[in-house]
Amino acid sequence: MGEETRRIAPLEGRGFDGEELRVLPAEPATRLVLRASAEACEDLSAALGLDLPRTPKTTSSKGARAALWLGPDEWLVIDQAGANLVAACAGVPAFHAAVDVSHRNTAMLVSGPRAADVLSAGCPQDLSLHAFPVGAASRTMFGKAEIVLWRTGEDAFRVECWRSFSDYVLLLMEAAARDV
Amino acid sequence: MLLIHCPYCQEERPELEFRHAGEAHIARPTDMAALSDADFERFFFIRSNPKGIVFERWRHIHGCARFFNAARDTVSDRFLATYRAGDPKPALDGEGA
Repeated sequence: MGEETRRIAPLEGRGFDGEELRVLPAEPATRLVLRASAEACEDLSAALGLDLPRTPKTTSSKGARAALWLGPDEWLVIDQAGANLVAACAGVPAFHAAVDVSHRNTAMLVSGPRAADVLSAGCPQDLSLHAFPVGAASRTMFGKAEIVLWRTGEDAFRVECWRSFSDYVLLLMEAAARDV
Repeated sequence: MLLIHCPYCQEERPELEFRHAGEAHIARPTDMAALSDADFERFFFIRSNPKGIVFERWRHIHGCARFFNAARDTVSDRFLATYRAGDPKPALDGEGA
């Protein structure tokens, strides 16, 4: 036999690595969309091992795991070590919905001094440091695609998008990088 | 770009993240089956559509995804107030019109 099957990531081998701008596909990660009321928040935080943020546009992270505030009762939990997040929440009896979206989303890491400018070409939010500080995250638009934007450093962002949109998002970013 | 204050995100966000969702404060009849055709038509199809202040539902669909209510002046296209779904209509002085 000797044949092997191998999963190909949506942006495998894509991206670009310039001096002032790097756009690289992120490593595979497990992701969870979590919907829960305020009452379930504490138990879910304990089960996940981090505090689910309660303030708009904020994140909390611990080790390889991070929770991004998406809405008043909605979070995107990302585990870059690939832990089973659904299993982590399964023992919480409080009413909640935890949906694994590990393969629905893919991510790219955008970094470098031009990162914010290039993202601003498609994202209508104010990405200056005082309006969108390090650690801020928000669901927003990039061109015509919905993304979740997370500022991981002054010059570094993680862009989460649906895998079917990733080609468009990357191409738009490439076009912006040429123009900006 | 038009900026809209989202009462859940508690800040102004670009218009592109929002979607209009019809007139606000329309109470769904408790006993739909008992409505006459004329009453159903009034509830289902007839909207006020005034020149001046309108109360509308909006959804921050590409942000926090919440529905909220907004008072907007249809003459100036200015948002006068936004408030959470379920909150009463705010008292407003009209502008323009």
